[in-house]
Amino acid sequence: MLEVKDLDVFYGGIHALKGINFEINEGEIVTLIGSNGAGKTTILNVISGVVKQKNGDVIFQNEKINNLTTEKIVELGIIHVPEGRRIFTALNVEENLLMGAYLRNDKKEIQEDLENVYELFPRLRERRTQMGGTLSGGEQQMLAIGRALMSKPRLLMLDEPSMGLAPIIVQEIYETIEKLNEERNLTVLLVEQNANLALQVAHQAYVIETGEIVLQGTGRELLGDDRVRKAYLGEE
Amino acid sequence: MGNLIDVLIKLSIATVILYFVIKILSKGFDKITDMIVAMDKEKNRKLIYLIVGILLVLPFLLSRYPYILRTSIMAIMYVVLALSLNFVLGFAGQLSMGHAAFYGIGAYVTALLMVNFNVPFLLAFIASAIVAGIFGFLLGVPTLRLKGDYLAITTIGFGEILRLVLVNWVEVTRGPAGIPGIPSPSFFGFTINNNIGYYYIILLLAFFTVFVSNRLLNSRLGQGFIAVRDDEIAAEAMGINSTYLKILAFVLGAAIAGMAGSFFATFVHYVNPDNFTYMESVTILCMVVLGGLGSIPGVILGAIVLTVLPEALRGIALYRYAIYGLLLILMMINRPGGMINMDRLKGGRKDENSRGSRSNKVLRRSYSSR
Ligand SMILES: Nc1ncnc2c1ncn2[C@@H]1O[C@H](COP(=O)(O)OP(=O)(O)OP(=O)(O)O)[C@@H](O)[C@H]1O
Ligand SMILES: [Mg+2]
Repeated sequence: MLEVKDLDVFYGGIHALKGINFEINEGEIVTLIGSNGAGKTTILNVISGVVKQKNGDVIFQNEKINNLTTEKIVELGIIHVPEGRRIFTALNVEENLLMGAYLRNDKKEIQEDLENVYELFPRLRERRTQMGGTLSGGEQQMLAIGRALMSKPRLLMLDEPSMGLAPIIVQEIYETIEKLNEERNLTVLLVEQNANLALQVAHQAYVIETGEIVLQGTGRELLGDDRVRKAYLGEE
Repeated sequence: MGNLIDVLIKLSIATVILYFVIKILSKGFDKITDMIVAMDKEKNRKLIYLIVGILLVLPFLLSRYPYILRTSIMAIMYVVLALSLNFVLGFAGQLSMGHAAFYGIGAYVTALLMVNFNVPFLLAFIASAIVAGIFGFLLGVPTLRLKGDYLAITTIGFGEILRLVLVNWVEVTRGPAGIPGIPSPSFFGFTINNNIGYYYIILLLAFFTVFVSNRLLNSRLGQGFIAVRDDEIAAEAMGINSTYLKILAFVLGAAIAGMAGSFFATFVHYVNPDNFTYMESVTILCMVVLGGLGSIPGVILGAIVLTVLPEALRGIALYRYAIYGLLLILMMINRPGGMINMDRLKGGRKDENSRGSRSNKVLRRSYSSR
């Protein structure tokens, strides 16, 4: 579904991505793990057209999307939930969700999707008129995911959805991600520092270090890998 | 020394008076805002018809008070100017402090075309809008990446450059002497030669501006503006093209300010660079901020108040800008959302002065350098 080929990105003189290659098949959960500054967010930003690469291609459903604007990429169904959630703080929950449908014209289906999001996250329904900025961190993450779902994603890219959340909320969020993947066949690209959880749900996983992919395998394989256990799961 | 103390005393008194005036008026503004919110479509329409009706017959009621009629014309022109800045400041959240430049461009384009080439008013008017719009684009594109202070400084610079060009490009603009003898507009052989005629022209322009503002605000683009102001990165992630929106705001704002300038040139028959100084930009900015960023009724009210107030208080004309400053500071303390707050208008929210408030946030953002 998505193919990233020989990606090179520079920020000024900094070589942030050094020849990144990976692939995502339809219906998969793929995770990118790695420590701070490894380049995970940069990869998502290149895919969604926010950052331009120096070399390399991004191919979505057999078409190069290198030169498309973010708007066009969103239209294709590649939806990015940015790091730190980025809720519209001055809009209420429902307005936030509807903002996700910004590019859509199908009023009736938008209402249906809104209903679906509320079913997925009943807590959002209870709080539909509460201002985004006053939600708890966990609720904001649910809202960020819900808002992305309103954009009719075919590929959902989540940047550190567990960041700063209590374990029980993280659990809930991950269950939702799996549910979306299983029940709606949603393809997910998941960036995480919380390697343990991410590897548990991922079909395919890549470890990124200073702009390079240093390890790859199925989630289970990497969970069992000594290097991963040492570096990312904090085991001796 | 004595003079300074005298000034300080006067300003202190003004501060105290303004403080209480704002406190008292705040209640009134809240009432008005709540009323607007509570109104259903039907009532809303009736109210608009009523206002339009009053505005239409007003010049005949004022026929015996030429001074008030003239002030009304200026007030309506400032409504247009303030609404045009509101596109940039209120909708796009970009702190532009050189708005008088577009107004000046419009005025000079009309003046030059009509005086030098006998171009009919309508054509000159359209040319003013287009030229000002182009300059809006030229300023909008390079300043896209600027925010807050940096954008403010750049736009101030733009305004100053324009003024200096007007002053120094003597062959074309006649420099500080300005351009006198700008003819009255005429339509299909009818020449507008009295203030009643001018009143209807500017009223028409004001209706047009309100209409465009309203359409924009209630369209998908209006939603986009709200999102971009709140969080640009998130907005982009929803597929909202913030670049396009910001440039659109700059171009629309500039073009409409250019129209107001065109009107001004034919109304006073004389333009010179002093009409388009930095202080003029600040005055327009104050109207928008005071009225309520982004709120159409608020901005209209702000423009009217700040045109009428200095006229009413001719005695302290010297202190005009000091009082603007005070007024802004006190408003920011007491009523940061402006007279008629946009948040309340939209959803009838009660927490309009809270931290998360939309217009409040725009201001904080615009004034914080990032
Ligand atoms: N806009 C930018 N300008 C300059 N350097 C940048 C920019 N964005 C990222 N970088 C640098 O590129 C490198 C990769 O950053 P990136 O945000 O992709 O890391 P990350 O893997 O997402 O890290 P984290 O887990 O901390 O979010 C870092 O060294 C970072 O400092
Ligand atoms: Mg990151």
